[in-house]
Amino acid sequence: MGSDRKLRVLIAKPGLDGHDRGARVIARAFRDAGFEVIYTGCHQTPEQIVSTALQEDVDLIGLSILSGAHMYSFPRIMELLKEHNAEDIVVIGGGIFPTEDIPKLKEIGIKEIFEPGTLLEDIIQWVKTNVKPRGAAEAA
Amino acid sequence: MEIVQKILDGDIRAVARLMRDIDDEIPSAKEVLKELYPYTGKAYVIGFTGSPGVGKSTLVDRLVDKLRAEGKTVGILAIDPTSPFTGGAILGDRIRMQRHFLDSGVFIRSLATRGHFGGLTRSTHDMIDVLDAMGKDIIIVETVGVGQDEIEIAHTAHTTVLVTVPGMGDEVQAIKAGIMEIGDIFVVNKSDREGSRKTIRELRNLVELGLRRHKTEGPPWEPPIIETVASKNKGIDELYEAIMKHKKYLFDNKKTKLERVLFDRAKLHFVGILRDQLFNTVLKRARERGEDLDELVAKIVHRDVDPYTLANKLVERELGDSK
Repeated sequence: MGSDRKLRVLIAKPGLDGHDRGARVIARAFRDAGFEVIYTGCHQTPEQIVSTALQEDVDLIGLSILSGAHMYSFPRIMELLKEHNAEDIVVIGGGIFPTEDIPKLKEIGIKEIFEPGTLLEDIIQWVKTNVKPRGAAEAA
Repeated sequence: MEIVQKILDGDIRAVARLMRDIDDEIPSAKEVLKELYPYTGKAYVIGFTGSPGVGKSTLVDRLVDKLRAEGKTVGILAIDPTSPFTGGAILGDRIRMQRHFLDSGVFIRSLATRGHFGGLTRSTHDMIDVLDAMGKDIIIVETVGVGQDEIEIAHTAHTTVLVTVPGMGDEVQAIKAGIMEIGDIFVVNKSDREGSRKTIRELRNLVELGLRRHKTEGPPWEPPIIETVASKNKGIDELYEAIMKHKKYLFDNKKTKLERVLFDRAKLHFVGILRDQLFNTVLKRARERGEDLDELVAKIVHRDVDPYTLANKLVERELGDSK
């Protein structure tokens, strides 16, 4: 009955790698944290990911990637969000990244990168601290 | 209101945010819905229901191909369950619909049940109105995977498609009351599997018995049984034709059939709103007196009072004439 905002999160795997165990584990962890998780599976293009994020009005996009193609897909996703005036959606990444790429990804607006070994509780805590509920439509 | 015009113009962000506000029960959403109401009532609503895993999402995906080829724009509401323990949900129906993500003629929204029973969400009727107002020709509602008694969809959609698969149970399952009674169209999906003939035969018996029993006003509708293999795109043309035939049947029998559908939907929608508002009003007034719901429940648990007496007392006190 209350008007509590429910956090909505998109978990997506851009590109061609089909290893979605990590994505499913994080989707499940977010579910257990009380979020509504839209899960779209593997092989998503940046265009598909952004289109889904807009239609589903998510607060957060979690990108899981292991293929090494993050320097292509992540910037493209940020570009598309900007094109649609949707830079308010927080984007984070999880997977395997060369250390030197991480500052570059943060520079283009990826808020956080979670590498192997990160505790699920830490990711959930990060989301609760850094992703703020949105205002109503009229105010937007 | 600026937002009303944006919805009517089909602005994706505005539509998506309004849907969010509706689901989160933000008060301003109701004001927008009031303004949108005159622009609704044009779309045709198709419901897909059936047990988890029978292939509802895949069938919807295939049907959308067909509808798009006919030049129709489509809105989809895909419902998945909310965890009763954490309030979270995994909404995965979109996985089967990826081919339509980049088509601007298709708007897909995943919804979580958030504690609502009946196969839909509390917000489904409002969501249909929003998609209708934004100009979608066809709205497809895919219910949560249902069991035996989640029949709200039958009072919501113009055409209800009940999806089953071979080997879902014996003859007794097919004659039980509830979900098996609500199909305007039956689909036996995965019909290349063993036991398909038997399932179709049982459904046919069910349909024929039903026809003789339910004497309703106007000409009868004989629900067709369509065999499909959605993953291989088999039977989709037949399903589309059956839906169009049912649509024609409704419009050919405006007074006895079409208006009945519209009446049932409006009633379910209105009664839901009224019930929520009464409930919220009573609880709000009780809270203003310093009584909260959990404390009231505790009285029942301690057997200080029975639930009927307490409910009566609250309603009389907060809404009765004597105040």
